[in-house]
Amino acid sequence: MMGQGRLAAWGIGLAALVALPFVYRDPYHLHILVLILIWSFAYTSWSMMGRFGLVSLGHGGFMGIGAYVTALLWNHLGLSPWVGIPVSMAAAGALALIVGYPCFRFRITGHYFVLVTLALSGIVLQVITATRDYTGGSLGYTPNRASGNRLLALQFDDKTTWYLIALAIWLFGIVVWHWVDRSMARHALEAISEDEDAAAAAGVDVTAEKLKITLLSALMTALAGAIYCQYQMFITPDTVSGIAVSLQMVFAAIVGGLFVSLGPTVGAIITILLAETLRIGFGTRAVGWDNLVYGVLLVLFIIFLPKGILGSVLDRLKPQRKVSPNS
Amino acid sequence: MLEVSGLVKRFGGFTAVNNVSFRVEQGEILGLIGPNGSGKSTIFNMLSGTLAPTSGSILFAGNEIAGLAPHRIINRGIGRTFQIPRPFRRLTIFENVALAGFYGQGRHSRVKAEEAAERSLAMVGLPIDRHASVDGLGAAGLKKLELAKALATAPKLLLADESLGGLDETEMDQAADMLRNIRDELGITIIWVEHIMGVLMRVVDRVMVLDHGEKISEGLPSAVASDPRVIEVYLGTDAETTQAAAAEARRRAGGQ
Repeated sequence: MMGQGRLAAWGIGLAALVALPFVYRDPYHLHILVLILIWSFAYTSWSMMGRFGLVSLGHGGFMGIGAYVTALLWNHLGLSPWVGIPVSMAAAGALALIVGYPCFRFRITGHYFVLVTLALSGIVLQVITATRDYTGGSLGYTPNRASGNRLLALQFDDKTTWYLIALAIWLFGIVVWHWVDRSMARHALEAISEDEDAAAAAGVDVTAEKLKITLLSALMTALAGAIYCQYQMFITPDTVSGIAVSLQMVFAAIVGGLFVSLGPTVGAIITILLAETLRIGFGTRAVGWDNLVYGVLLVLFIIFLPKGILGSVLDRLKPQRKVSPNS
Repeated sequence: MLEVSGLVKRFGGFTAVNNVSFRVEQGEILGLIGPNGSGKSTIFNMLSGTLAPTSGSILFAGNEIAGLAPHRIINRGIGRTFQIPRPFRRLTIFENVALAGFYGQGRHSRVKAEEAAERSLAMVGLPIDRHASVDGLGAAGLKKLELAKALATAPKLLLADESLGGLDETEMDQAADMLRNIRDELGITIIWVEHIMGVLMRVVDRVMVLDHGEKISEGLPSAVASDPRVIEVYLGTDAETTQAAAAEARRRAGGQ
């Protein structure tokens, strides 16, 4: 249960976040904040299953499906994103079930699961690149500008609107995280991550529980992709899909902290500020440097700070706190 | 309550369980003994759904359960413990048991699951402390936790797998008494797999002996313990222990 104090802190923090764009209007800084919020939501979505040892490198695939399906339906069929986004989420969910069911049914776990999901990521990237007549291939894709109703097309020019949308989506992700955290399903998934046979002997339907969390995670990640596409109005296979995006999710979630709700958000702040600093500081000379830094940091964090930055800080602040997972 | 007929399990060319049939009556404690590799654990794994039988039938309360998934079998009322305790270390003791109470009883109500957890912990004699960590438990405590998890699933039939390994004599006696209490107070039928003959013989109603995957003897503890086939195959050189166990069983039977 959340204490009164924590609830109050959340309330004050949220009120400040909502008020922010009305008092501070620097478009570049708002842009960075929108990116942080959208990616935080994506990383939170990944951590929904990642925290239970279900390490997926396929989430770039789900994100790419969310972005591309929504944009393609809009450009080719004129379907509003209000319909396109649910369709893209359903597509990502279906793919998650198709890949997840055999994995879980036949006990593909650990490294083998990572490899299967890695392939998924690669396949989605290849499909987007190969169908370049429709998707623009590696040159990228732009949703058509709406001529009529902006709300129907989910296209807005001003940063404040996008900031509030991104904030709502981010908050939704945090709420879902807490909802799962307090559910019996969390206990079942912790048990599964330790010992599948023992979990089954306690009556847990191991395959079904894993599928449920995978489905939830994939749906949310597709939503993140679609929102990112609507905001940026330009997507390329490399920015919303593929292995690099998947690795970035793993990196951010682990660096921020997998076992606390705001961990992935801290991870997003770090990754995006890092990428922006490199871009501004070194310009085109630094293309790809962020991935190099991610890689090195990831190795260091897994060895020295497995709970991530936020997780470790919280542990320091409250040493008497109830034993947290993995300790 | 349980009727097993013609149960066979082959792993490749190796036959682990060969055409075993037996019945378990409501409210009894059946002991299952045999040397290492005799097929006891394989039979348990088939009864609990961890392994699917190669052939044969397992009727539980009149319904065929052979080959069902473990969680379905548990929801029908067969609980199990593992030979080596398998606690969930990321959860507290209470959460371990409440998890079994929730999922083992068909995921109905969290409140009921927590009540079941409290009852089960009390039954095995573990403290009902919601924040106690599994890491504080010793060998005996882990065995109790294993039993509490199985009880929380509200079984009609409990499969207890070698639950006394690693305990000292006092703890062994306590654990054996606990199994009897579970039967007497909760009316749960029990199949008990055990290496330690003496303790088992004084608690069980009937014994079944396996060797190389086949049933070689079945009956009252006193009769089985003096069965020459059992002495030869199962205990071999250690006949004195068998006779002591048989004498113990006779004494207990006479005393009751």
